Amino acid sequence: MYQIIDKQILAPAIKQFIVCAPDIAKKAQPGQFIILRIDDIGERIPLTIADFDRQSGTITLIFQEVGRTTYEMGKLDAGDYILDLVGPLGKASEIEPYGHVVCIGGGVGVAPVYPITRALKQAGNRVTSIIGARSKEHLILKDEMAAVSDELFVATDDGSEGQKGFVSDVLAQVIRQSDSIDLVVAIGPLPMMKAVSAVTKPFEIHTTVSLNPIMVDGTGMCGACRVSVGDETKFACVDGPEFDGHLVDWQLAQQRARMFTNEEGIAMKGFCAGGECQCQK
Amino acid sequence: MSEVKAAKTIPAREEMPVQSPVLRICNFDEVALGYSEEQALIEASRCLKCKKPKCVESCPVEVDIPAFIGLLEKKEYQQAINKIKEKNNLPAICGRVCPQESQCEKTCILGKKMEPVAVGRLERFLADWDLRYGKKSIPIIKQSGKRIAIVGSGPAGLTAAADLALMGHQVTVFEALHTAGGVLVYGIPEFRLPKAIVQKEIESIQKLGVEIKNNMVVGKVNTVDELLAQGYDAVFIGTGAGLPYFMDIPGENLNGVYSANEFLTRTNLMKAYLFDEFLTPIRIGKRVAVIGGGNVAMDSARTALRLGAEESYIVYRRSMNELPARKEEAEHAQEEGVRFKLLSSPIEIKGDDNGWVKSIVCQKYQLGEPDASGRRSPVPIPGETEEIEVDTVIMSIGQGPNPLVPHTTPDLQTNKHGNIVADEKTGQTNKKGVFAGGDIVTGAATVILAMGAGKNAAKAINEYLI
Repeated sequence: MYQIIDKQILAPAIKQFIVCAPDIAKKAQPGQFIILRIDDIGERIPLTIADFDRQSGTITLIFQEVGRTTYEMGKLDAGDYILDLVGPLGKASEIEPYGHVVCIGGGVGVAPVYPITRALKQAGNRVTSIIGARSKEHLILKDEMAAVSDELFVATDDGSEGQKGFVSDVLAQVIRQSDSIDLVVAIGPLPMMKAVSAVTKPFEIHTTVSLNPIMVDGTGMCGACRVSVGDETKFACVDGPEFDGHLVDWQLAQQRARMFTNEEGIAMKGFCAGGECQCQK
Repeated sequence: MSEVKAAKTIPAREEMPVQSPVLRICNFDEVALGYSEEQALIEASRCLKCKKPKCVESCPVEVDIPAFIGLLEKKEYQQAINKIKEKNNLPAICGRVCPQESQCEKTCILGKKMEPVAVGRLERFLADWDLRYGKKSIPIIKQSGKRIAIVGSGPAGLTAAADLALMGHQVTVFEALHTAGGVLVYGIPEFRLPKAIVQKEIESIQKLGVEIKNNMVVGKVNTVDELLAQGYDAVFIGTGAGLPYFMDIPGENLNGVYSANEFLTRTNLMKAYLFDEFLTPIRIGKRVAVIGGGNVAMDSARTALRLGAEESYIVYRRSMNELPARKEEAEHAQEEGVRFKLLSSPIEIKGDDNGWVKSIVCQKYQLGEPDASGRRSPVPIPGETEEIEVDTVIMSIGQGPNPLVPHTTPDLQTNKHGNIVADEKTGQTNKKGVFAGGDIVTGAATVILAMGAGKNAAKAINEYLI
């Protein structure tokens, strides 16, 4: 059992838990993830580790309510427990002094990009960050990202904060205005990471993305998280979650993310019938 | 008494009562129902009590079979089960899933004249009796003060844990999943091995003082070296064959293609067959093709029927004679309506416009000369292919060793397949204080072989420590 020490609502449908998990906090590295199961009947879902505190033995999880499990999670409060929490899983980000790096987070993807950005900054890189969301109220971790970046750009779909448009549009401008960029790290929805990879490809800027496909065990045992990278099948849970965005088969990743859309709908209906969710509002 | 004379007066082997095929494909309840007391007594009376029993030699954990059957015959059930437990800590499991026909029952002397004694069924009868009526006495064990870390709570790890606890050592088992049991809980279906039984067997091991820590991926949260540094005097690695193989054919990543591991884990561990009550989904089409011919393939094909598939095929590249699955499993599958597409293996999986499986294209084979495995090898018939319309494909062509522990233990020796190199008798690896056994060493094999390896390693670890 893993106790939730603190809960914050960061944006509509985006919540943050600080969870007591000393074994995981001790080992966690930027880029890694955990798998959790909230109760006995629950499914196992992967979530990227948004932060960790080795001293206090806690990890930070930031999640968006998108399906049954994340909605159920959203109902939990500080003091409540998560039944199972396993990690840190996956490979850590490769943190090196690359030179000039651009860190991009879209939507709830800002959460996992934050510890990577911080580590890249600490490693001596010049860090340009771009974060985006649907609107100002959906934007998360702006101050935190600003604190670990040399410059920060914001993009919102509706223009309510920063530039109107997508993070990939801002990236195109940054590329035009910069002398050189040595690495781009992008985490967010699949279409965003795909768009970012398309922007950097002609400039041959190495682009790392973090994939979050459907998983079960997270230890390489089931193969549910198969992704195709450079025409090779990889298991995102053990070979990733970070891959070269220029080599990822995005169409396949999007297709496989839809594997259980139907069943997800059924599970949500069971939840909505209780009238506890906000999904119809 | 001569054997020939004996055979004349010995009754025929008692049939195992089973749920009828029509009923059982609609539920996940156990197929084999177990002997009644009357049946067990008749079956026990068939044992010749050989002076030099061959059956004991062919048991990987050397259960004293004639002795326990003799006690059963005298209705000394408690003593009979205790006799089994001297060698086997998981009798209710072994009585159900051991391939007795290729071990103890294969060498049964009676088997030369008629059907061999149903050793497995008698073992199960006693183990089930024990779970219901048995006296649970916890032996008083003198503690050695030594600490042992066991990585993986499957059959190898659990057996090693129980034996080491009985030898007085303090044992901690690290399990990656949220439930202990390894393949016994994620792989083998409820209808062959009820999870409540596994749970009870694990509880009895915990009562010996074994601590099980779930949600601990050794290699990630702690490495083997860190465990040693934390003061564990020895480490046993029993992490199993947790890496599914795929065929590397076009279309393998289409939606609707599962590894058997994923398909069975969703169903068994996550209880997707009770979807809605439990939240893990499984998507099963009307027509399912399972690729492979082993026990895992049979489990998958039979699970597919229970989940509502209208057609469930086994697609296997050799013939029925070479099928690696236990005969009983293949027979049960056939009774339930699983159809066998033999001498056939997919070369392509075709998908529809939305990325879902639509059909498989299979190469047809004929049998050639025996290969390295001693089985006749499949030889492709040029130009002969068959397209089968299916909407789900389950790859069940084997599993490799899970690389998490070897990769994070750089000085641990592995072979070219990634299996840990360990002494066959002792499980000793090239690394001091580190032992290994089960599928991580041998490649995918059976529950009982893993248990045998766990047992041998326990003995060796004990000798290493004292």
